[in-house]
Amino acid sequence: MRGAKSAKWVAGAIVVALAATACGGGDGGDKEKAKGSAPAGYVSIDVGEPQKPLMPADTNESNGAYVIRSLFTQLLDFDAKGELVYTNAESVETEDSKSWTVKLKKGWKFHNGEEVTAKSYVDAWNWYANIKNNQQNSFWFSDIKGYADVHPEKGEPKADAMSGLKVVDDHTFTIELNERVPYFNYKLGYTTWAPMPKVFFDDPKAFGQKPVGNGPYEFEKWDHKKLIQVKAYADYQGPNKAQNKGLQFKNYSTVEAAYRDVVSGNLDIIRQVGPTDLPKYKSDLGAGAIEQPYAAIQTLVPAFYTKTFKDIDPKVLQGLSMAIDRDTITKTVLNNTRTPATSFTPPEVKGNQDLDTEVFTYNPEKAKKLIKDGGGVPGNKFSIQYNSDGGHKEWVTAVCESIRKATGIDCVGDAKPDFPTDLEARDNNQVKGMYRGGWVADYPVNVNFIKELYHSKAESNNGRFSDKEIDGLMAEGDKAESLEEAVAAYQNVEKKLLEKMPAIPLWYYRINGGHGEAVDNVSVDYHGDITLTEVTVK
Amino acid sequence: MGRYVVRRLLQMIPVFIGSTLLIFLMMYVLPGDPVRALMGDQAFDPAVVANKRKELGLDLPLWQQYANYLGGLVQGDFGTEIVSERPVADIIADAFPVTIRLTLFAFAFIVLVGIGLGVVAGLRPNTLQDRGLLALTLVLISMPSFVLGFLMQYLFAFQWQITQPNVRDSENFGELLLPAIVLASLSLAYVARLTRTSMAENLRADYMRTAVAKGLPKRRVVGVHLMRNSLIPVVTFLGTDIGNLMTGAIVTEGIFNVKGVGNAVFEALIRREGATVVGIASLIVLVYLATSLLVDLLYAVLDPRIRYA
Repeated sequence: MRGAKSAKWVAGAIVVALAATACGGGDGGDKEKAKGSAPAGYVSIDVGEPQKPLMPADTNESNGAYVIRSLFTQLLDFDAKGELVYTNAESVETEDSKSWTVKLKKGWKFHNGEEVTAKSYVDAWNWYANIKNNQQNSFWFSDIKGYADVHPEKGEPKADAMSGLKVVDDHTFTIELNERVPYFNYKLGYTTWAPMPKVFFDDPKAFGQKPVGNGPYEFEKWDHKKLIQVKAYADYQGPNKAQNKGLQFKNYSTVEAAYRDVVSGNLDIIRQVGPTDLPKYKSDLGAGAIEQPYAAIQTLVPAFYTKTFKDIDPKVLQGLSMAIDRDTITKTVLNNTRTPATSFTPPEVKGNQDLDTEVFTYNPEKAKKLIKDGGGVPGNKFSIQYNSDGGHKEWVTAVCESIRKATGIDCVGDAKPDFPTDLEARDNNQVKGMYRGGWVADYPVNVNFIKELYHSKAESNNGRFSDKEIDGLMAEGDKAESLEEAVAAYQNVEKKLLEKMPAIPLWYYRINGGHGEAVDNVSVDYHGDITLTEVTVK
Repeated sequence: MGRYVVRRLLQMIPVFIGSTLLIFLMMYVLPGDPVRALMGDQAFDPAVVANKRKELGLDLPLWQQYANYLGGLVQGDFGTEIVSERPVADIIADAFPVTIRLTLFAFAFIVLVGIGLGVVAGLRPNTLQDRGLLALTLVLISMPSFVLGFLMQYLFAFQWQITQPNVRDSENFGELLLPAIVLASLSLAYVARLTRTSMAENLRADYMRTAVAKGLPKRRVVGVHLMRNSLIPVVTFLGTDIGNLMTGAIVTEGIFNVKGVGNAVFEALIRREGATVVGIASLIVLVYLATSLLVDLLYAVLDPRIRYA
């Protein structure tokens, strides 16, 4: 009877296994009622799982930034046009663009009741900048005097605090910079500059899972890879007080899944409609469809260390630029989700200008002539590197086709399987021809699109474009006395860029999102993000 | 029997080490540095990247990294995810129960409906119902699961509005019904066909004639004599299928927005999260090993002539 005996044994095991899972199932059923849909008055949006713990200076991807912006308020912010709006600061002033005085509004509190003081800012910034804490955005503090002491290029920091930061009284502090930075106050609007309550320094790691901020919303819960919930902070003093009771950031595995939930009323807002739903989203969502440009640009960047583009005559690049039919490609292949570029900066930033040029207009005749005058593309062939996990294949193919048709120069796509591989090739100077560049504004000033991308020492200058004249012009712009002067100086740099062609601008981004019938007042900021505090529930 | 089980269990150890090593090596040779990728398109400070790599031990030689990983594993530590700084064990604990639930749900469906259909058809081969079953299963086998998934979603959620298009709560059995059926459909067809063929063949076997001649009631002839012998190939298939269901759930999980293992592995792979990929993949290996052991044990139940030393 061995068989029968083992039968009992196996049957027993199966019963135990089933019982275990059945128990789990029961639990799930109970929980479901609580989180099946958002609580009344809450707004839900398809913001996925933040990559990192919720620390302002350690986040620069959009999911985390959304959550952090709801929980923390910096000194100042920008309106939809990119103009400064003071939030936690009463004023941020300077006379020489080098020493800045910050006055805080009184009566602001963190969500745990602690007062927001000058010390909350200074301590936080010193902590962020310290190399020991490995904060991803620490270089944002490099303008401040004493940064090199807390963040040396190698080895241990020499000091715990930057000498440029001084607390004057509870609501005033001063910032001393290494050199003049006329647009420094614009940088302060980035999420990285948020203040921190005392509890943060006790255990930053635990804080990152359960942050206490000073922003319009208070942290409620983080159900990993499912959702993050925040509720409106009743005592919030800023101009951007929440017009709804709270937010739910919900994680979807695909944009298509999120879109289906918006259509069926289970989700309020979708940030970006996927390519498959783009043709029909306007008829599906009616007045809920959102289509708006924002401050981001897509470019083709030649790698100036390659055989093809080393010592290339800029005329050739101008010619290639004129061989790209931006109008047709944005309309057809990209389904109207982009606007053809007319300069190196998007229209939403301060200092964007009309370059008065035909370099960005499709003209095959002129393109052929320019390329011929410039000596042609060596080998009559080049490639465009892109990451195939980001939906770039279609337009890269279309751009290549356009160039081939107009000029006869052979252009091929060089696909990398995913973004990490793509980045690695760029970092290690392994790009074989051009690569797909993209840039979203950190702050709405033209400097952000010119200096960070085309200065010969800029980290993000992966094409290794290097030009003494351009560097010199930028240095001059940074010496400017006022923001207006600096912006004007960088406008000159931009005009010069047109002659040197460090990249071929393609188009500006547009957000194509939407919202359901349950919410109203959905608007988009210069950054392309939904202004969640303003959304109202019907 | 006891010794056999122990021996099989001990065999799992080298298999487990071997598979983790293989997956570890594969992750290592993939291009793309997870810490660098974290910084994205925008500007960053290389000193921070170098520091982070050092902190995580990613600057060590491969063998040392693997030794550290195994050392942690022995102490029950699956490591930490690079980006989110969460323990990999937490990520596994989030994702696995969801997939296990989906898999068991699908599995139960396969067993009940698949074997049921197979029995009905197998008892009367070449009749109308038998041909009907063959046609139906042919359709299921030849239809890719994402087509079926989208079709079901379209019909049930949008046309008839019986269910929600997405699974909002991966722990709710009601919402898992549709994805489970989609996930089950392919295997269901195989199981039905296997059962049907096996039954139809055994109907003509000597022992069947004997059983009928002895005058046993039909319930007993079919239920005990016929079923027991016909189920061996089916059980073999079902055993390996549990593992397939778990890994195959990735497509279905994507369509219905289920936050399970498929999803987690895919995300980890894209972000080069070595520890997460290795952890989840090794657990799937363990599931395969465990189910194959279970299958082997079930043989003895179905056919007492199969003995283990």
